[in-house]
Amino acid sequence: MKTSEFIAALAADPVPASIRLGRRVAAGIALGLIVSLAIFALLMGPRPDIAAAAQTPRFLLKFVDSFAFALPSLLLTLRLARPDARPDAIALWLIAPFVLLGAGVVVELTVVPQSEWLARLMGANAMHCTRMIPMLAAPILAGLIVALKPGAPLHPALTGAMAGAASAGIAALLYAPSCPDDSPLFVATWYPLATLICTGAGALAGRRFLAW
Amino acid sequence: MKAQSAEGPPDDPWSRMMRASIAGDEGAYRRLLEEIGRSVRAMARNAFARARGGDADVEDAVQETLLAIHLKRHTWDPGQPLAPWVYAVARHKVVDALRRRGRQRVEPLEDFEEFLAAPEAEDPHALSDARKLLKTLAPRQRDIVTSISLDGQSIAATAKRLEMSEVAVRVALHRALKALGAAWRRSVT
Repeated sequence: MKTSEFIAALAADPVPASIRLGRRVAAGIALGLIVSLAIFALLMGPRPDIAAAAQTPRFLLKFVDSFAFALPSLLLTLRLARPDARPDAIALWLIAPFVLLGAGVVVELTVVPQSEWLARLMGANAMHCTRMIPMLAAPILAGLIVALKPGAPLHPALTGAMAGAASAGIAALLYAPSCPDDSPLFVATWYPLATLICTGAGALAGRRFLAW
Repeated sequence: MKAQSAEGPPDDPWSRMMRASIAGDEGAYRRLLEEIGRSVRAMARNAFARARGGDADVEDAVQETLLAIHLKRHTWDPGQPLAPWVYAVARHKVVDALRRRGRQRVEPLEDFEEFLAAPEAEDPHALSDARKLLKTLAPRQRDIVTSISLDGQSIAATAKRLEMSEVAVRVALHRALKALGAAWRRSVT
C-alpha cells in the first residue's frame, strides 16, 4: 500500500472527541477510591484512639508525607503519558517526602532511647501495613492504568511505575488512620516497602497495557 | 514556553494545519500527514541507513509512525508547537521499528527541522506491512479500509456500496485503524 493511499484512510477517520488525560485520571482515581474505601471499611476501619492520635505530630507526619509523595508522583505520571513532555521540576518534588521523613527519623532517634528503637521500627504489625497498602492501592492503580490507556508514554513501564507509586501514596493516606504505628522509624521502613511493591506492579502493568 | 502561551497558540504551519484538522478540515489534515510523512521518511531513511537496515522497511516505518500520530494526536497540547510532538512520536516509532527488525538501537538524528527542509519522495517499489496486516482485520473492516485507501472511495460511496450508514462506516474505520495499530505492534518482521 502506498503511503498516500494509507493517508487517505487516516484522513477519512474523523477527529475523536478530545480526550483529556487529566480528567480521565481524576475519574480513574475516583472510581478506584470507591473500591478502596469499601475495602477499608470492610477490613480496617479507623483505629479506636484516632481522636487522641490526631493531636500528635507523629500521626500527622504520616499524612503530610503520604500527600507529599502522592501529589508529585501523580503529576509526574501525567507528564510521562505525553510523548513530548519533559519531567523537569516535578521530579525534584519527589525528594521532599523523603527529606521530610528523614528529618522525622532523625528527630525520633534523638528523642527515643536506643533500647526502644527496634520495638518502634517493628511496631504492632509490620506485615499488616505491608499487605494493606498494596491492597488499597490496587483499585486505584487499576483506575489509573485504564485512564492512561489513550496516552502516548515514551516509557510505558516507567509511566506505569509512577502510577503505581502514586496509587501507593494515595493508599497510604487511606491506610494511615487505621495504622496503629506512628513512629517515623516504622513509617520509613514499611511504607516504602509497600510503595515499592505497588511501583513494581505498576511497572509490569505499564509495560503490558500502556505500550502503543 | 510561558511566552508561547502568553502570545496565543503557536503559529507555525504544522500547528496551524493540525488546528484546522481538529476543526474538521479533512483536506488540511491530509496535507499535514503528507508533509509529516515526507519528514518522517527522511528521518527513517537516515536512521535505517546508519543501522544498516533495508531501505524496503523505511516505508513501513513511515506508515506505522503516521498511524501512531493519527491515533495519538489527542495527546498534543495545542498550546505547544506540533513539530516537537511529532518528532517525539516519530523517534519512538522508528527506534521501535528498528528494534523489531533486530537492529541495534540507533538514535535518529535530533535535527528533525533539517528533514523538514529536505523531503524525499516515496519509494514506489516498497513492499508494505500495512497490506499484510490488513489481512488480520475482520472482513468488513478490511473492506472499508481497502475501499477508502487503495480504491480511493469516499466514506459516502463506501457506505452506499456496503449498505451501511456513513456513521457506521466511520466507526468501523476508526476501529479498523486501532486494530491495525495493535497488529503492527505485535508483528515481528
